[in-house]
Amino acid sequence: MGKVVLKLGKDISTDDIYPGRFMATVLPTETPQFCFNDRTEFNAQLKAKAIPAGSVVVADENFGCGSSREQAVSTIRGHDLVIVARSIARIFLQNAINLGLNLVICPTIEAEAGDELEFDPGKVRNRTSGKEFATEPLPPARQAIVDAGGLIPYTRKKLLELPAR
Amino acid sequence: MGMTVVEKILARAAGAKAVKALDIVEPRVDLAMSHENAALVINQFNEIHQGTGREPKPWDPDRIAIIFDHRVPAEGPKTATNQKLIRGFVARHGIAKFHDIRGDLGGICHQILPERGYVLPGSVVVGTDSHTTSHGALGCFSFGIGATEMASVWALGVALNIEVPPTIKVVVTGRFQEHVGPKDLILHLIGRLTAQGANFRVLEFHGDTIRAMSTSGRLTICNMSVEAGATSGIVPADAETERYLRQEAGVAGPLAPVQPDADAVYEKVIEVDVSRLEPQIACPHTVDNVKPIGEVAGKAVQQIVIGSCTNGRLDDLEIAAGILKGKQVAPGTRMLVFPASGRIYSQALEAGYLQEFMKAGAVVMNSGCGPCLGIHQGALGDEEVALATTNRNFKGRMGNPKSEVYLCSSAVAAASAITGVITDPREGGR
Repeated sequence: MGKVVLKLGKDISTDDIYPGRFMATVLPTETPQFCFNDRTEFNAQLKAKAIPAGSVVVADENFGCGSSREQAVSTIRGHDLVIVARSIARIFLQNAINLGLNLVICPTIEAEAGDELEFDPGKVRNRTSGKEFATEPLPPARQAIVDAGGLIPYTRKKLLELPAR
Repeated sequence: MGMTVVEKILARAAGAKAVKALDIVEPRVDLAMSHENAALVINQFNEIHQGTGREPKPWDPDRIAIIFDHRVPAEGPKTATNQKLIRGFVARHGIAKFHDIRGDLGGICHQILPERGYVLPGSVVVGTDSHTTSHGALGCFSFGIGATEMASVWALGVALNIEVPPTIKVVVTGRFQEHVGPKDLILHLIGRLTAQGANFRVLEFHGDTIRAMSTSGRLTICNMSVEAGATSGIVPADAETERYLRQEAGVAGPLAPVQPDADAVYEKVIEVDVSRLEPQIACPHTVDNVKPIGEVAGKAVQQIVIGSCTNGRLDDLEIAAGILKGKQVAPGTRMLVFPASGRIYSQALEAGYLQEFMKAGAVVMNSGCGPCLGIHQGALGDEEVALATTNRNFKGRMGNPKSEVYLCSSAVAAASAITGVITDPREGGR
């Protein structure tokens, strides 16, 4: 279960999530400080650790559009936020799966800031409004990476199946 | 059942007889491109190898390209140190397709790859940059990936778990009006499709207009296909592709162009007639907020930017220099020009375009991504407005969330530089 701490519209770009001017910072240990940097109040709350792990960011369609920068995923993951979006842009979705970001695709989600969401297989329940919304499963090939714990362990396993170079 | 161009390329690269949309494949990768974010790729690459007892050696250094462009010369110690780390990796593994900060060999990755003949029709290209869609202009399947996925490619030589994207066929007909061109076409198309209209799909371009279009123009439309969410744009290779590769990119080896089957299955077909298309402007803060120029003409702009992987090529500079010749950049407006590569910079210098820009009052900067992504040069002040030939206008894109970015062609940018307001180049600068 998690509380909605930020409600966003559609087409939220990676420039919004992690502005380009911080792109020189690449390591997942360093990127969380710039999470939604230009949403100054939210960023300040994150940095003050005032937002508990498992809190939810709800977004409309096409979340994470734009740049391929992986910082946009590692910065959110660093705060253990859950993304619930109506749809996700391709590269962001793949990066999220590769890095193990907690992400739910829920094409009809309706939730406001402050609502409490509960996650069950195949659905999201908004405990505040009492409504339930179906989630979209990942394609099997992507689920395999999630099940392996991310792309690094998945690739490591594949690498060890190959003859040594 | 017939296949689209991308389906054929993926079938070949995956060693399958045929594939169809939504199949899962693991294609071998012909070229893997990164820029400064290779620093993160190296980090992830090393992590993959941890505990395996294997040395972190890339599968094929000849298939890796690394180009410094996003922050050149380095804007600060962090970037400089990452560039240094990458140089060490390049030297250690003998990566020959490495383009450092140089006037002869340097430039923007999406210009370097085509102009050096690194991308060929029918190949599979991945890049840690969303505008890797550009290279579809040469008839290859080229798409953006994240740094960790690139590390996986470096380790295995294949792209894992790739879902064959459904293809949208775009048929473009008609002749452009004067001062209207490929940038206006792709902005118009993005406006029609919306920012997510081609998500997880390929745009395959056909029609007389595309056949008559130079490779430079094709690079522009494929480059911005990602702004409609497309995995890639692609122009099936033709005589122009071969001309470009032989004459401009110096490719001598055999070419293996791929054409779609006559009975290829497309998700849908979109038709565009460009003969009455006006110059198009993408207004803040999304690229699909596209309007014909008449609706935004007269808007005051403080910064004009000509350059980037979208419109920093010689033809873009030629058009802009032609419009600016003998004119001045308006007081209160500054104009920045970023040729897309060192080679283009030299050609523009020899052709006299750079002289025209400087005489008009524009500042000619070194090749690179420059102000496009707001990290390095040409940041905007609060409430300032930029008009740029770049590819994104997201809030904060040019370094300041309190500013606005409008996107346009180089003709519109040049005409507007003279007046200081968004100006239709068909009417000329005052």
